[in-house]
Amino acid sequence: MRFISHAPSEIEEMLETLSIPGVKSLFDDVPNDVKLARDMNLPRPLSEVELKRELLEISKKNKAADYVNFIGAGAYDHHVPAVVKAMVSRSEFYTSYTPYQAERSQGTLAAIFEYQTMIAKLTGMDVVNASIYDGASSLGEAISMACNIKKKNKVVLSGSIHPEYVATAKTYGFGAEIDVVPSSYTTSYETDWKQVEGLIDGKTAALVISMPNFFGVLEDVKQAQEITRKKGIMLIVSANPVSLGLLKPPSDYGADIVVGEGQPLGNPLNFGGPYLGFMGTKSQFVRRMPGRIVGETVDTDGKRAFVLTLQAREQHIRREKATSNICSNQALNALASTIYLSYLGKKGLNDVAYHSHANARYFIDEAKKSGNVKIINPKVFNEVVVEVGDLDKKYQEALDHKILPGLKLDRFFPKEKNKLMVAFTEKRTKQEIQKLLELLGVS
Amino acid sequence: MQGIPLIFEKTKTGKEGFRLSPLEVPKVDLSETLGEDIVRDEVNLPEVSELDVIRHYTELSRMNFGVDNGFYPLGSCTMKYNPKINEEVAAMPGFTELHPYAPEEISQGTLEVMYDTQNLLAEITGMDNFTLQPAAGAHGELTGILIIKKYLEHKGEKRTKIIVPDSAHGTNPASASHGGFDIIKVKSDSEGLVDIEALKELVNEDVAALMLTNPNTLGLFEKNIFEISKILHEKGALLYYDGANLNAVMGIVRPGDMGFDVVHLNLHKTFSTPHGGGGPGSGAVGVKAFLRDFLPKPLAAQKGQMYYLDYDIPHSIGKIHGFYGNLGVVLKAYAYIKSLGAKGLKEASEIATLNASYLLKKIEDMFEVPEDILFKHEFVVSCNNWKEKFGVRALDVAKRLLDYGFHPPTIYFPLIVDEALMVEPTETESKDTLDAFADALRKIYQEAKEGPDFLKSAPHDTPVRRVDEVKAAREMKLIYEG
Repeated sequence: MRFISHAPSEIEEMLETLSIPGVKSLFDDVPNDVKLARDMNLPRPLSEVELKRELLEISKKNKAADYVNFIGAGAYDHHVPAVVKAMVSRSEFYTSYTPYQAERSQGTLAAIFEYQTMIAKLTGMDVVNASIYDGASSLGEAISMACNIKKKNKVVLSGSIHPEYVATAKTYGFGAEIDVVPSSYTTSYETDWKQVEGLIDGKTAALVISMPNFFGVLEDVKQAQEITRKKGIMLIVSANPVSLGLLKPPSDYGADIVVGEGQPLGNPLNFGGPYLGFMGTKSQFVRRMPGRIVGETVDTDGKRAFVLTLQAREQHIRREKATSNICSNQALNALASTIYLSYLGKKGLNDVAYHSHANARYFIDEAKKSGNVKIINPKVFNEVVVEVGDLDKKYQEALDHKILPGLKLDRFFPKEKNKLMVAFTEKRTKQEIQKLLELLGVS
Repeated sequence: MQGIPLIFEKTKTGKEGFRLSPLEVPKVDLSETLGEDIVRDEVNLPEVSELDVIRHYTELSRMNFGVDNGFYPLGSCTMKYNPKINEEVAAMPGFTELHPYAPEEISQGTLEVMYDTQNLLAEITGMDNFTLQPAAGAHGELTGILIIKKYLEHKGEKRTKIIVPDSAHGTNPASASHGGFDIIKVKSDSEGLVDIEALKELVNEDVAALMLTNPNTLGLFEKNIFEISKILHEKGALLYYDGANLNAVMGIVRPGDMGFDVVHLNLHKTFSTPHGGGGPGSGAVGVKAFLRDFLPKPLAAQKGQMYYLDYDIPHSIGKIHGFYGNLGVVLKAYAYIKSLGAKGLKEASEIATLNASYLLKKIEDMFEVPEDILFKHEFVVSCNNWKEKFGVRALDVAKRLLDYGFHPPTIYFPLIVDEALMVEPTETESKDTLDAFADALRKIYQEAKEGPDFLKSAPHDTPVRRVDEVKAAREMKLIYEG
């Protein structure tokens, strides 16, 4: 096979050293009736030339990858700079593993420390972990964490959270025996605060909101702050990190835990993964946080160095009493986000957020001029729901023009017929937006 | 002293790396469009040039050690070579630029890869259905445990306990506990296998499942697997396979044929996808047909010539990931399976076992090693004799190995072996590498004989010297404060 580094004569020498006739002898302890008596039924092995040809052909069947993309809904078509790709392709980074041996893993450790710092700055939280699998699973972990801290077993979710995050939170809740209670959303696609307040009772550990919410709308976060303060429960905020280039950090409105999907920070769409979930919290909760954490220290020469720390929370030490079962996380994606934020810097992140928002506003303002479509709630960051008559037909026409016009809301909410959710990034041009408007019947 | 650099220290006001083209659409007044009270001041991120970024992260990368740098026999992690063609395939724009909610008719390529991979993994493991949604091994464990929980709930049974061997990975008890189960430990017998008599006593109508790795974490094949399976199944409990060690047995035995009901694999171990400094991995989960309807939604499916996402899974545990899993990782595993085929995968397992057996033979005289045991793809030796004779511990040996240009084995695991070194060479390492590693250990043994101090202060030739873990935990400097 390929990828084995032995000359045939070396295998002979090794067998001789072991005084055995062949490799099969190494499996003499495996009972014969357990052994597979046939070859596995797999396709024949391909050479590199064949493999590349075949996979390229398969990749071309993903015609949508070439289209102008206005779909968001938790995964955004931001530009991934060449710098990011070049740096995460360094094999010292990508062929290493969890930095257990700190002295030879300072690259990964320092980068995670930078990542923790940058996410802390974005979210306003005191401490950040080294990443979780994605935005939805980081919410799942956050509800477990809040229930552990509060010693309660119920969380209330705003009705305007991503439906797949709600589904994931429910699955985590099923495991941890937490009652995950979603509320509904209003006709203007906002949290129904009154209902939320009614759902909170003595068993409730936390309220979860999303900012911006699933529909792109900016929530009245003061309400969340007031309700959670009044009820004495924790506030968990799921945030779009790019929006935090313009919007106040969730710490400003009382968040105790901030989670979110890190994909928009330098990670390609990849049909939904690998992405990364980020999580930050206040320093008093750090020992309750799941996942890896890197801390600063010194080596025996007194020089600054970094190391995995607070490991007494983790599964390899605490086993069934660990704060979480996380071992591998999304380190390389977190590295990509770190490099992305370094490269964009103060101004660049602000620019990307501003351009994305300005593009969304342009679409809204143009759409408003026409009676053919209806903007339900224009108070958004980079994504907006628009009501379009005869949507299915127009959607198909857009596809014919190699445009993905957005997400049809009835995918998740069957009653939301003829509603299209359209997302904007800095990559969308004025011309592309005009074409979309035209296809939706706004001339 | 300065030590390891951070990007924040290279920042100079006004420096720019990235620049967008000028805004084409009209400017907006943020206090009007977003609301005055929600607009923030600037975020205090670095201000650096493009070359600053490249130099900084290149410098950091040089302080790292990966499989491409050298031998990485980290037991239980299967640090095999990560073929470059896999990276090239996964980076094809047709795959990377695809949005997870793009219409299925124009996302057929990735759906085909998902569907095929589900089936290939089913054949390799002898299971019936696979989900690719879990993003890592432990995530797969949680998924598998929740499938068992949901199945039992559906049957109207309330079973509250999961059994794990005392040699198990920490993730096993942690996953089962986060699935809402109580954990009971089953001890290992004198050979290092599950103690059958002890198991019999533990299994009753309260037990939901036994989580088992085979070969187990000591690198030994649980040869009584049929009996274990019978003990569990007779009492209505299930058998869970932790696929951490599948690299030892591909094409030789299959979990499905051994009686396992649920399996999780680590595509980043067995199927050669890179570990990324701690992820992304992929923790695909396979089940026997009677558990298919409990898998997470959706599964990739095929109707006629079309592939689609099947959400019709009646008793599904729901979703465990926002989208469909780490597909970029799945693609690399797919490319690997297609590169090797049935014979190549089997040969990988055979040579992985040969490499481990050979390396053990070369070094066993220096350590405490159980006698007459056939290890598989990894082995565990104890440095107890080093500790007693020289006052040198497994940690010191590990740190000194760094000076010799090797990544050390896993240390202090499994917990049932004192001063453990857990060595997993993998099949991709050459005889020369194994010999060089054995020679290094022999030199270190000699150094230990000459006195422990030099080893206790190792490493000596690494980017930093031994780091102070206690200080890190005590002071908790977790972000850069400037």
